[in-house]
Amino acid sequence: MKLLTGNDLASGAVVWWTGSDWSVHLEEAADVGEHAEEIMAVEEAARRVNTPYAVDAQATPNGPRPSHIKDRIRALGPTVRPDLSLPKADRAAGSWVI
Amino acid sequence: MYRYDHYDQAMVDARVAEFRDQCARRLSGELTEDQFKPLRLMNGLYLQLHAYMLRVAIPYGTLSGAQMRMLAQVARKYDRGYGHFTTRQNIQYNWIKLEDAGTILAELATVEMHAIQTSGNCIRNISSDQYAGAAADEVADPRVWAELIRQWSSFHPEFSYLPRKFKIAVIAANEDRAAMKLHDIGLQVVRNDAGELGCAVYVGGGMGRTPMVGPLIREFVGADALMTYLEACLRVYNRYGRRDNIYKARIKILVHDLGPDEYRRQVEEEFAQLRAAPGGGIDPPAAEWDRIAAHFAPPPFQASFADDEPDLADPDFRVWLSQNVQAHKQPGYAIATISLKPVGGIPGDASAEQMDLIADLAERLSFDEVRVTHAQNLVLPHVPKRELYALWQALDAAGLATSNLDLVSDIIACPGLDYCSLANARSIPVAQRIAERFADMDRQRDLGELKIKISGCINACGHHHAGHIGILGVDRKGVENYQLLLGGSGAEDASLGKITGPGFDEAGIVDAVERTVEAYRRLRADSSERFLDTYRRVGMQPFKEAIYG
Ligand code: SF4
Repeated sequence: MKLLTGNDLASGAVVWWTGSDWSVHLEEAADVGEHAEEIMAVEEAARRVNTPYAVDAQATPNGPRPSHIKDRIRALGPTVRPDLSLPKADRAAGSWVI
Repeated sequence: MYRYDHYDQAMVDARVAEFRDQCARRLSGELTEDQFKPLRLMNGLYLQLHAYMLRVAIPYGTLSGAQMRMLAQVARKYDRGYGHFTTRQNIQYNWIKLEDAGTILAELATVEMHAIQTSGNCIRNISSDQYAGAAADEVADPRVWAELIRQWSSFHPEFSYLPRKFKIAVIAANEDRAAMKLHDIGLQVVRNDAGELGCAVYVGGGMGRTPMVGPLIREFVGADALMTYLEACLRVYNRYGRRDNIYKARIKILVHDLGPDEYRRQVEEEFAQLRAAPGGGIDPPAAEWDRIAAHFAPPPFQASFADDEPDLADPDFRVWLSQNVQAHKQPGYAIATISLKPVGGIPGDASAEQMDLIADLAERLSFDEVRVTHAQNLVLPHVPKRELYALWQALDAAGLATSNLDLVSDIIACPGLDYCSLANARSIPVAQRIAERFADMDRQRDLGELKIKISGCINACGHHHAGHIGILGVDRKGVENYQLLLGGSGAEDASLGKITGPGFDEAGIVDAVERTVEAYRRLRADSSERFLDTYRRVGMQPFKEAIYG
């Protein structure tokens, strides 16, 4: 599957396209299939997202998981600061991020 | 310390107003990201993995208590309660909101700080010896020279769009504590045979993709001609640097391709032309040197403290004293390094509370001065020996008294894949695991000086080429992998590390480091022979055998 991600323009927060909006929660991300380019063009022009890009991901029972570690770390937060991770102090995170 | 004059403040305030307006226009949609990006980068604002990142300049690593307190305030009000001190003696905040950026810069400007030229293809923050003004072995305070260079290079119209970024370091002692020869230009303030002060000029050093130790380009240029000479060095680079290829655009490639002799010839020609022009070059009059130097006059040391010695009753304090405290040129005073490398911590990170405490301690015990080191530690440069025990107690209570300066756990690590969008692999967890593996203080002290430096990609912000043991994170088909290098040094005996062989995964690299260190213990001539000296004596082979079996 393909996910769309970027940063919120004003806050810089990592966000994921849910199908109708942007969310900071990876589990809400939707498969954009072949539509990444069109969504990005509209959303960037509307200043709802900054520098969006599409990433490969796998569907899992716990939600989508980006294929590349960089995007998994973006989704969670720094692996060295579990107190800042999303969801906060997610004990299970290490098992899917790294 | 240098204090802004009317011109400095006006320049910084004008830039804040300009950037505030640019941010507002970006937020309103008037500017696209493509238009805005170069503007935000000129003000130190990056977009990193998790959010905007703001890099704030700390000229030659010197801060006052009020400035440190402001850094704490930014961390607390606008970030997540901490900041990261970098290998260029700056600080970075990782969670900045675009809508706050203008206000943050306005607040920083109230304490004479900014983020100008902390990014982009310009002359970056000037770095220097963290012991400047305190070290017994310096011929002069290098910050006077660094400040003059800061003023020359700030908004220099001709050099605001160089082929690539440009880093200058200034030292004034034979012991190089600033990795001077690994900068685009490294300057060592020296005295010539006539007793006059000037600089030895090294050009074309650097790390990154093609590491080089800078060759000596001029043995001596007098104080009255230095700025003109630097102008000539930059002009030749600006004219002939490889703008066509980002990987070949640094001055080190130009100097290497031309050869130091030809580069020197071109610089001398340019220098002669500048000197022949009306006015005789761009150097300031002696009065301007004196004005700047007055800002760096020694603080009012107490001669009556000369015979003071700290109370050595506490054994933990004694360890800290012998490891983290250095001799000061003024009898009765000492230089204290505050390690930002607690075992298991994040190298270079400090919380807002820790920054506030250090600001207080600097004001009370170090003539209102703090320094940032390129090894990501902090220094209180002028502490009366009679106050050292009280200082240590205050630091210890805040988790800031780790006694590991220059030991195996005093690791330089760049932000790596935990924060940096250019990274291939994480750096911080590797540093943490190594520090944990060698947590035993007796073991660390037995190993002696051993500098481990870790970068998360070839850009080498973690100085891995200059580590006695260097680690470079690479991406092997989407999986983190780590190369091991041995034999680098960023000190006066500068050298570049060599790769040992195939790389390792995260657990493997920690084991490989331990095997390397244990091999050193077996191979060293005696306990006074440093890791680096053993490596230089015996070469790579015995280490390779120990590492790969
Ligand atoms: S070395 Fe690479 S990963 Fe580390 S901070 Fe620099 S650019 Fe980022």
